[in-house]
Amino acid sequence: MNWLLEHLHTLRDGLARLAQQPFAAMLNIIVMGIALSLPAGFYLALGNLQTFSRQLSSDPQVSIFMALDAGQAEVAAVEQKLKSNPDIGKMEFISKDQALARLKRGAGLSDVLANFGRNPLPDAFVVTTRSNDPALLESIRDQARKWQKVEHVQLDADWARRLDAALNVGRVLVTLLTVLLAVALVAVTFNTIRLQILTRRDEIEVSKLIGATNAFIRRPFLYFGALQGFAGGLAAWAIVAAAVLALNVQLADLGGLYGTMVRLDWPGLEEVLILLGFSAFLGWLGAWISVSRHLWQIEPR
Amino acid sequence: MSAEPVRGPMIQVSRVSKRYAGGYEALRDVTFSIDTGEMVFITGHSGAGKSTLLKLVTAIERPTSGSVIINGQNVSSMKAGMIPFFRRNFGLIFQDHKLLFDRSVYENVALPLAITGFPRGEIAKRSRAALDKVGLLGREKARPITLSGGEQQRLCIARAIVNRPAILLADEPTGNLDTAYAEEIIGMFRSFNQVGVTVVIATHDEDMIQKLGPRILHLDHGRIAA
Repeated sequence: MNWLLEHLHTLRDGLARLAQQPFAAMLNIIVMGIALSLPAGFYLALGNLQTFSRQLSSDPQVSIFMALDAGQAEVAAVEQKLKSNPDIGKMEFISKDQALARLKRGAGLSDVLANFGRNPLPDAFVVTTRSNDPALLESIRDQARKWQKVEHVQLDADWARRLDAALNVGRVLVTLLTVLLAVALVAVTFNTIRLQILTRRDEIEVSKLIGATNAFIRRPFLYFGALQGFAGGLAAWAIVAAAVLALNVQLADLGGLYGTMVRLDWPGLEEVLILLGFSAFLGWLGAWISVSRHLWQIEPR
Repeated sequence: MSAEPVRGPMIQVSRVSKRYAGGYEALRDVTFSIDTGEMVFITGHSGAGKSTLLKLVTAIERPTSGSVIINGQNVSSMKAGMIPFFRRNFGLIFQDHKLLFDRSVYENVALPLAITGFPRGEIAKRSRAALDKVGLLGREKARPITLSGGEQQRLCIARAIVNRPAILLADEPTGNLDTAYAEEIIGMFRSFNQVGVTVVIATHDEDMIQKLGPRILHLDHGRIAA
């Protein structure tokens, strides 16, 4: 119990010391917050894109567009070929009239469409394969391209896959950024604590002379570093949250124009806790290195 | 650790030399022993090695050769991690006071107890008792800078005894004080000695030595002179 009380007192003293120099503390916290918000923000953006691309790439769909002048016979021939293919699970035929009707319903483009003298849309098949093996999808695409009056064949999952690959590159970049900025945060804390040590040199010296362990001397500085790091993490979260909030307003407008619902997900509780824990740890680490270096320097030899 | 009435050597220094980087030899082949409950003065001109000797005894510095044994513990071979706990056996009174001027009188006295890890209530009780002993009970909230030289010295003594040490080590405790203050402080040392604390005082104050007539270890250029 006494042990716990001591730690609580140290925590309180650390908070008091942050409050003693509100301006300097605030600047440090802002610097840390901005530095952490960059990887945190990128991470969140990647996560959102990831969810989006996973939704798309999980459907192994192939779209087959007929030529505009394709007649019923050609359409029926294509349909027959698709039906006889054992790899194909589901097949939907969307006639040019249906497509036009959908478009008119969907996105407020009826005025534009009214200006066309005739329907500009082709007949199309949307085909879902039984497995999402890319080789299978590609072979269906290659076969369908050779059929009569087939204008264009598209693997819907293609660009989603490319996006997914790009996201993997993005994730490596976020990791690199995190490592770099983590080092920067440790350095910021190191320097803050170094300055504090300078002002409390006598206290450290006397404490050592009258029997303080290194752990006892480190403790208040470690608390201070961790608290400052934690506050920096909170600042980073606030920055990211403000960005998500602002972007969601804009995305709602944008989505409204396209008739869909687009919004960014908030960081989950687990992710926020990881961010706060990580930033507190970095502050603690910077303080630990700083105090240990000082203790080593004043050690008589 | 409290002083026990057991007789026997508390401080054993044998064949100790201390050479600093650059070749300066502060102590040469020093051997002596101080019993539990003794009061001993270490005298000598400035630079004779008095302060160095106190530093070796408290493991602030390590001897170049020889051994220092305190209460049965060999300081020369002590692991670094043990030294803080070892130092809690001592009450140290420094030549330059080493008071913390950004802390109150009370906080200065409470520091050794906080370091040892006493509960807050116990710290308050013991700190007030120590301040009472040196006559500073009314000045708890004052800053050390507002105290007179004699009061600062008494504050140092309060800080040194608050942990109830077995050994009290003082380096020039009456250095800059006038005779009345100095006598008062010597009186305090004597009363601690009477309750069993081993007291070692480094000084060149001839008045004090003549009045007390204690055992004297005289250092001359790093050697014990008879």
